[in-house]
Amino acid sequence: MNLFDFSNGKEGYYGQYGGVFLPEILQATVNELLECFRQCKSDPTFWAEFVELMQNYSGRPTPITHMANLSAHLGGAQIYVKREDLNHTGSHKINNVIGQGLLCKRLGKSRVIAETGAGQHGFATATMAAKFGLDCTIYMGAVDVARQRPNVFWMENMGAQVVAVQDGQKTLKDAINEAMRDWVTNMADTHYVLGTACGPHPFPEMVSWFQSIVGQEARAQMLEQTGRLPDRIYACVGGGSNAMGIFQGFFDDDVELIGCEAGGHGAGSSLHAARLAYNDASVGIAQGFKTYFLQNDQGNMNETHSIAAGLDYIGINPILAYLWEQDKVRFLAATDDEVREALKLTMRTEGLIPALETTHAFAKAIEEAPSMGKDEIILINQSGRADKDIFTVAEALDDNKWKEFIKTKAAQYQQERQ
Amino acid sequence: MGLQSYIEQRKADKSLLVMAHVVCGYPSFEANMAELEIMAEAGVDLVELQFPFSEPSADGPLFVRANEMSLQNGTTVNDCFEFMAAVTARFPFKVLMMGYYNTVFKLGEEQFLRRLKAAGGVGYILPDLPIEEAGSLHALSAELGLEPIILMTPTNSDERLAQLAAAARGFVYVVARKGVTGSKTQMGDDVAALVARCRAHTDLPLGVGFGISDRSDMEYLRGHADMAIVGTAALRAWEQGGAEQLRQFFSDLVAA
Repeated sequence: MNLFDFSNGKEGYYGQYGGVFLPEILQATVNELLECFRQCKSDPTFWAEFVELMQNYSGRPTPITHMANLSAHLGGAQIYVKREDLNHTGSHKINNVIGQGLLCKRLGKSRVIAETGAGQHGFATATMAAKFGLDCTIYMGAVDVARQRPNVFWMENMGAQVVAVQDGQKTLKDAINEAMRDWVTNMADTHYVLGTACGPHPFPEMVSWFQSIVGQEARAQMLEQTGRLPDRIYACVGGGSNAMGIFQGFFDDDVELIGCEAGGHGAGSSLHAARLAYNDASVGIAQGFKTYFLQNDQGNMNETHSIAAGLDYIGINPILAYLWEQDKVRFLAATDDEVREALKLTMRTEGLIPALETTHAFAKAIEEAPSMGKDEIILINQSGRADKDIFTVAEALDDNKWKEFIKTKAAQYQQERQ
Repeated sequence: MGLQSYIEQRKADKSLLVMAHVVCGYPSFEANMAELEIMAEAGVDLVELQFPFSEPSADGPLFVRANEMSLQNGTTVNDCFEFMAAVTARFPFKVLMMGYYNTVFKLGEEQFLRRLKAAGGVGYILPDLPIEEAGSLHALSAELGLEPIILMTPTNSDERLAQLAAAARGFVYVVARKGVTGSKTQMGDDVAALVARCRAHTDLPLGVGFGISDRSDMEYLRGHADMAIVGTAALRAWEQGGAEQLRQFFSDLVAA
């Protein structure tokens, strides 16, 4: 299956999803980006340079871990995990960011901008900018800045300017709008490092391409470690970049692919970010592309909610929307409560700390594994780790000892100031 | 009478026309009506009524907030069309819908155009709908006698300007500079050169917008462009000093 040959003649479209819906002022910039991307994609030395950098800088290839204890505990399928959490900066986000950094150098641009929700992508972009010597501005909703101070701390220490966006819901989508406004002003020297496989063409294709390194590795590793391919693969889906990354390794195989969205407070609650697993989203055009959005009948976007800021987004990757429509990817949603329980179980049985985003995939795999045979195999993409998000996780788990610690620390700072 | 003829006719008596902008439902439809009254008194030739959208990514801070507040007030697409009908019945200036494509898409292109026509609008400006995606909407518009207003920008190549010119109807909206609406544009050789480049590709009237805020901008545009497009500066005047300041703003602006 080649999704990217656009043999129907509609460049940038996957079925009816995708496209480019941007102000005219960006037309030349997006064309320039598309042309540069096409050159990079057809140049084997570009990919080789990318892979080498990912090995030396980020620790690739990331391993695959057999979760023997969890599998035995559940009594069904054998569960394996692709360890994207072991990347530098703690998630798969670095794959895309390093790729776009190399591309930015070819474009000859000296400045990068990015949006970020949970801060993972901003953190990764700031890291790349420091390494490549690029100026860097990160747009982050004011609400997210307030709840993700540790990532803001790291971004600022790496020399990035973090702008707290005060518009709209003050979260990820508003950060994207603000990054767009910067881009329409400064496109001459600035590349927009979009963090997920959403937005206008060529971003969905480009981000998917950089993330495809995950699936390429995983397929070979599964064959080597287990002698066969997995039966099912679970990945969490916010924008959809880590899911696209791992799924692409298995499109031509008989493997069931499962996207796990943010169920928040559950179906019918309206406090969630499940575009495909629940029935609340409809097709629309926003933020530069056409896909399923959580919106009202007037076409205005709804408020979304998730325990995991990185999944809390109104729209979904257009490629995944298309694959879902074609019955090639199944979609489920994990609620906040299911995520909390899955995280506790994974930590206790395996000593792994998946990010809250990632834990949505764990929750659904844990739910379905017991009804599968012991000789069947599940692969989960562990897109990120949570140990560095201790503030968020401790709050999600409502940990009283942590709260006491923070109070003591705050009192100590207060006293020092006086 | 088509928009192009209307503009050419008005230009017989005036050296530079003015198009003004109102965000529907912000601060309220009553206030919008008062603003339009002042614009009509000042002899404004054309008005864009912006239908609020939750993701106005081509707008600057003042309009972003106006969109947001209007939606919080509960403004619907239906309210906007009803308001447009009242406006076109009351004032002599021509009216365009301005907004984002999702508003059109959700309503359905044909339904949108029929309602626009019924409300007395003459066309629309959709900054996030590139011509490549506008085929069906433009074709339907031609059937119904509605005019899509196309934007030409400083980053467009000559080849692209030619493509844009082929799709343009009524007049061309020349974007004076990079960026979003609302910040000041230094009128000068760059703007003149851009207008001349656009002129080389189209015989339609040229309106210049983005950052037009006072009489000196108007004086500069006279002789270069056919129409000045004023948005943020007028809203700022209204926010700062209500009807009185807005009246002052327009009388300063149009004073020859």
